[in-house]
Formats: sequence, structure tokens, C-alpha cells
Amino acid sequence: MVAPRLTRRLTPALALQIATLLCLWALWEGAAQSGLVWRGAVPSSVAVLRALGAMLASRAFYRDLGVTLGEVAAAVAIGGASGLVAGLVLGINRFLGRAFEPYLHYLAPTPKIVFLPVIMLLVGVGAGSKVALGALSGFFPMALSVAVGVREVNPVLLRVGRSFNLGPAQMLGKIYLPALTPTIIVGLRLSLGLALVGCLLAELNLSNAGLGFLAMQAYNQLDIPTTYAVLLVIFALAALANAVLGRLAHRSPAGRVRR
Amino acid sequence: MQRFGSRLTGALGIALALAIWQGLVDGGLLSPFAAPPPSTIVASVPSLIVEEGVLAACLQTFGETFAAVALAAVAGIPLGWWLHHSRRAALAYESWVAAIAAAPLVLLYPLFLVMFGRSAGTIVAMGTVAALPPIALKTKEGLDGTRRALLDVGRSLRLTPRQQFIKIMLPAAAPVIGNGLRLGLIFALINVVGIEFLINFGGLGALIATLGERFELPTMFAAIGCVVLISVGFFVLTERLERWLRRG
Repeated sequence: MVAPRLTRRLTPALALQIATLLCLWALWEGAAQSGLVWRGAVPSSVAVLRALGAMLASRAFYRDLGVTLGEVAAAVAIGGASGLVAGLVLGINRFLGRAFEPYLHYLAPTPKIVFLPVIMLLVGVGAGSKVALGALSGFFPMALSVAVGVREVNPVLLRVGRSFNLGPAQMLGKIYLPALTPTIIVGLRLSLGLALVGCLLAELNLSNAGLGFLAMQAYNQLDIPTTYAVLLVIFALAALANAVLGRLAHRSPAGRVRR
Repeated sequence: MQRFGSRLTGALGIALALAIWQGLVDGGLLSPFAAPPPSTIVASVPSLIVEEGVLAACLQTFGETFAAVALAAVAGIPLGWWLHHSRRAALAYESWVAAIAAAPLVLLYPLFLVMFGRSAGTIVAMGTVAALPPIALKTKEGLDGTRRALLDVGRSLRLTPRQQFIKIMLPAAAPVIGNGLRLGLIFALINVVGIEFLINFGGLGALIATLGERFELPTMFAAIGCVVLISVGFFVLTERLERWLRRG
């Protein structure tokens, strides 16, 4: 019974993916064991897994994980909320949108890390600078998504709101925000990804706590397996957060309608 | 007229923000050691050009960015073609390429440092990794979107698969591939400047890091302004190039 089910699930594409992963692993392990590549740069996968196990078993790791998660949560809250407000203002008021939205478009692709020295001067070198860089990184995708989303709200809904004589606050709460739920979730997804990068880059640059600090500390001690292990955890966290928000977007009322 | 009015409002808004900043520093409400006033920053521009060699730094950053995009195009366009050509490869690997495009790749720089050392190799490699996924995905999208009528014309003229690709598919997909190259260029620039800053090596990013370490704040702010202007310039130029390609 099990075998046919397995065969049905093992599509050629999946088989190709598994074969590729095995080939990559064999290549990696071959390079690590052959001595042709410096073992410090390409450690054996067993060493990386051992380092990952040791790291997950240590209490210090969870303290650093908590610091990073806290910084990212604060960055998303600040950057996402301010981006939402800016996006709503620029989207609803066409005049202001035409006046200031081009500047948002221009600044969005600027590498935000170059603002880190300025941020450190303004808020210090502590957790605040990590949160500020994360918030700055997370602001633009939310603001731009919402500003574009507002202009795509079904005009019939807006006319219905006006025919019921809804005030600005009621229009916002009863028409705009419900209609924008999927847009806000998409913006939040992008915002989270960039805020995570912002916080971790700031930690990698200068910090005494967090996963970025842990990776940099391992790198400075030339403990490369632990560096790989920390980066594996960071990528797993990013993928998990992305998957959760993706599922949330899919389950939102408008997402269900689109399906 | 309304468009001119809104643009003028935008420019006046920026000018007002700069005037408020100047006023706060002049009034003693904001320390010049935290944020030097705009007038001092503008006055430091000649020193940025003459003493700090900002033009050479710009050239180095551009060189690394274009090298990264060229390498990404050399690998990404054939990869995109392969994903278009082989349905099995697309099913197996397209989601991987998309996942790499969305992953926080810049965080891998300590590993690239281990492999390539503190050199331009690390910077170019990071830029290449960042630019490759959008180029590959957009190449596939462009080739997938070739109009059936055009392919039928090619077949009726008995073109070989190679001629079909060069004379029909590639020109038809050029605007979308151009969009991929544009995204790749922007992603590469972000990564190149970021890594230069983090490893304090190379062009503009390293210049900002060095000026920050020397606490030469007005010049550092001017250098940051330079990075912002270059990003905006890249964005606008590539946008116009893409529009021109689409019209063509």
C-alpha cells in the first residue's frame, strides 16, 4: 500500500531535486575531505551539524535568539506601522501621492546599511540602532505596497461608503483597511524580510548580543562550522516567517476570493 | 498643471525639511556632532572630491557592480533559457531560484570572506549571487511569453531551432530580460555598497565606513548623499532604458 503512494508522490521533478541535493552534498563533502580546499572554508557537514547541535543545546544561543527576535519584532512594528500610515496618506490623497511618492520610489532601492553610522550617532550603538536600521529597511515596502493598493481598491466600495455618508475614520476602518488586508499582509511579508536583514546586518557590524553577533563572534574565532550553523538558523527563521505570512495571505478573505 | 503643482510641492517639502534641520542645529536643539547642518555638508563636497577621492571610489563601485551583473548575466540568461526549455528543470528548480531571490543572501558575507578573503572577489561574488536570480527568472518569463503567432511565423519560414531562438524568441523576450537585468543591477548595487561598507574595502561603502571611523561627519553625510544620488540615478536611467526597450 505504501509503495504505490510513494511512487505517486515521487514525481520526476521531486526526484531531480533530491538527486541534486545529494550531488551537492557529495560535492561539498568531497571538497571537505579531499584537502583540495582549505577545511576552514569548507568544513564537513558532520562538523556543521555537530556545531548546530551544540549551539541549540546552549542557553546562550536562546538569549541571542531572543534579542534578535525582539529587535526584528520592534523593527517590523515601527517600520510597518509608519509605512502603513505613509502609504494610506499617499494613496488616499492623490496630490500628496504625486508630490512625495516618487521620492519613496527613489529611496527604496538605496542600500540602507550606509545610514548605519548616522543611526548610531542618533540612537547610540545599542539595540536601538539595530531596531532603527530594521525599521528603516521595513518602512519602504509597506509604504509603497499600501500606496499602490489604495489606488486599486474597488471604486464601487468607495461609492457605497460615500453614499452611506461615512466619515474619514469610518471610510478607513470599514472600507479601506478591510479591502487592503491582502496588500498589508504582502507589505508585512516584504517588510519582515528586509527588517530581518537590516537588524542582522547591524548586529554583524557592531553588537554584543543577537544572532548576528553570534555569527561574527564565531567567524572572528575562525569557528567556521558554528558560523555556518548560525547562518542556517537565520535562513530557517526567515523561511519560516515567510511561509507563515504566505499562508496568512492565502487565508485572508480577499486571498480566498482570488483563489 | 496639477502635475507641476504636485512636483513643486514635493520639492518644496524636501527644501522645508532641510531648512528645519538647519534651523534645529543653528538653534542648538540638535547637536552638530549627531547631525551636521546641511550647509556644512554642502561645504564639505569639494573636500570629498579632492581629498577623499570620491570619483575613484564611485568608479570602483561601478566596476564591481557591472562585473557582478556581467557574471550574473553570463550564468543567469542560459539558466533562464534552460528553465524555459526543459519543463522538468523548471518544475524542479524554478522554485529554488525564486527562493534564493527572496533569501537574505547578504548575510552570507562572512562565508564569502572565508572563501575569497577581504578582497574585491568577495564583493563581486556577493553582487553576482544577488543579481543572478532575477535575471534567470525574468529570462524564463520573457521566453515563456513569446507570442504563439511569432513562433508560427518562424516555423512557416522553416527556421532551425537556433534561428528560431536568435531571430524570434530572443528579440521578443528582450524587454523582459532587460527588466531582469535592471533588477539585477539594482540588487547588485545594493549588495556591493553594503559589503564594501561592512568589510571596509573598495569604493563608496568603504569610504563612508572610513569617514565614520575618522568622525568626519559632514564629509560622511556628503558621501551618503552621493550613494543616494547614485542609487536614484541608476533607478531612473535603467527605468528609462527599459521603457525604450519596450517601445522598440
